[in-house]
Amino acid sequence: MEAKKLIATRDGFGEEIVELGRENRDIYVVDVDIGKSCKTGAFAKALPQQHVNVGIAEQNGAGVAAGLATTGKIPFVVTYAVFGSLRMGEQIRQEICYPNLNVKIACSHGGLTPANDGASHQGIEDMGVLRTIPNMRVVMPADYYAAKALVRAAAEIYGPVYLRFTRDAIPVIYDENQKFEIGKAITLREGGDVAIIANGDTVRLAIEAAEVLAGRGISARVLDMHTIKPLDVEAVSACVNDIGKIITVEDHNILNGLGSAVCEVSAGMGKGRVKRVGIQDCFGQSAPYERLLAMNGITVENIVELAEKW
Amino acid sequence: MKNISVQELKEHAKELRKTALTMIYEAQSGHPGGAFSSAEITAALYYGEMNIDPKNPKWPDRDRYILSKGHACPIQYAALGLLGYFPEEKLHTLRQEGSILQGHPDMKKCPGIDISTGSLGQGLSCGVGMALAGKRDGKDYRVFVIVGDGELDEGQIWEAVMAGNAWNLDNLVIILDNNGLQLDGTTDQVIPHLDLTKKFEAFGYETYEIDGNDMEQVVETLKKIDASTTGRPKCINAHTVKGKGVSFMENQLGWHGMAPNAEQYATAMEELERGF
Repeated sequence: MEAKKLIATRDGFGEEIVELGRENRDIYVVDVDIGKSCKTGAFAKALPQQHVNVGIAEQNGAGVAAGLATTGKIPFVVTYAVFGSLRMGEQIRQEICYPNLNVKIACSHGGLTPANDGASHQGIEDMGVLRTIPNMRVVMPADYYAAKALVRAAAEIYGPVYLRFTRDAIPVIYDENQKFEIGKAITLREGGDVAIIANGDTVRLAIEAAEVLAGRGISARVLDMHTIKPLDVEAVSACVNDIGKIITVEDHNILNGLGSAVCEVSAGMGKGRVKRVGIQDCFGQSAPYERLLAMNGITVENIVELAEKW
Repeated sequence: MKNISVQELKEHAKELRKTALTMIYEAQSGHPGGAFSSAEITAALYYGEMNIDPKNPKWPDRDRYILSKGHACPIQYAALGLLGYFPEEKLHTLRQEGSILQGHPDMKKCPGIDISTGSLGQGLSCGVGMALAGKRDGKDYRVFVIVGDGELDEGQIWEAVMAGNAWNLDNLVIILDNNGLQLDGTTDQVIPHLDLTKKFEAFGYETYEIDGNDMEQVVETLKKIDASTTGRPKCINAHTVKGKGVSFMENQLGWHGMAPNAEQYATAMEELERGF
């Protein structure tokens, strides 16, 4: 694989939100005292009238955002994945999703990417939790350009959206002209022997695995399923019908995330087999990011092996 | 405050109680205790204080009313129905399948509800967000938030209280329906709140401490708030009686969330009409 530029997707968010705020004065950022870390500093500086910091008070942040949204604002509540799903989870349910208000929850530190911070800061259940709340959409971009485009798409679509970004830098895999639509998977590679469906920081692993497999005579279709809700059922169904063998890859608990969503489609169709690569229903620890992935089998080697030993 | 007499507002409060009780009786479900403790506050706000238009519930410049203690909603529904936010006959559909009058307020179903509530401790944060938007947009609407004293146990309330001070939200009026009871006992038995007026003062609020079932005091306080130029958010610590107006409901824990039977309903309606 050629050497790729490395950028954290939280940086893509931080840049795009400033552009959006300049274009639309109803765009607000609600910070919870981790704006620096979540890359909203530029927004706060450029657009102070559209910025507010509630302090270390996530529950209030969600409620304030709901109140702002009732007046026509489009607030982005910005925090870490673990807090943006669980600490404010019931506030998101009651005051944002139930009344279907136009609030976005934008979270850095998704999955194992805050590696050195340890288990307390690694949001591994967030997408699954939020996927079960009616009216919520759940999105994890795969790189810097995807983050920028999907943040924009979230701002342009009415209703609650959860966006999840990486703390650490990950390779750039798209170019700036790539089009993204919430709920629509991107086919990164065509293939007929196995389908690899990934999202977020694991898309790069899926691409690499497909390249290795190609060298061994196995052709893999690779999908970037950046939105797990609403899931692109059509794209998953096509994998089931055309190929029947699917490997899902995610930096999230294997329970109730991308893998589960894909299984739901396959089970509903009564055909296809799904192997899930993800966090093995266990907490992380302070360790290098790649090590944490490896401990859970979230590696190119494991994906390749699962595909070969079908 | 509009030009309306205290006597007229008292009559409205009586009508609200009777209407709310009828709703709860017909539904055989609901929360009379906390509805009755806030009847004077609700009547004074809807019939006297608030700048609202029942025919245009989403008017952007309207004053907001947030019932953070959402279980008391029959008293608010009564005001909305009697003021014409929706056809009065809908008042007979409380908690029924398909009704706009859900068990707890639903802004998507019921005209005049400014935010959905029901999960305690959350409405104030939404009110703070609305008040902030009003200040940022240069609008002069105000946000009235009715908070139960039991609900002050929730940490989120104090997060929101601090934000109201931090952002100098002088358009925010928190009214504590301080009836001293919560589901499992008195607030002193469960989690004592000590001196709430001092607490809110310490949090940077302009505070008032009144008998919240005395319409004269309620009106007088709202007038003072109208005239205030302190630039501070406001808090009225309104001491009230849970179940106020019905002898066998007053200060009784059991009437937090219970509907009366036919005999109790008849007695209660009579007591509400003539006083006891």
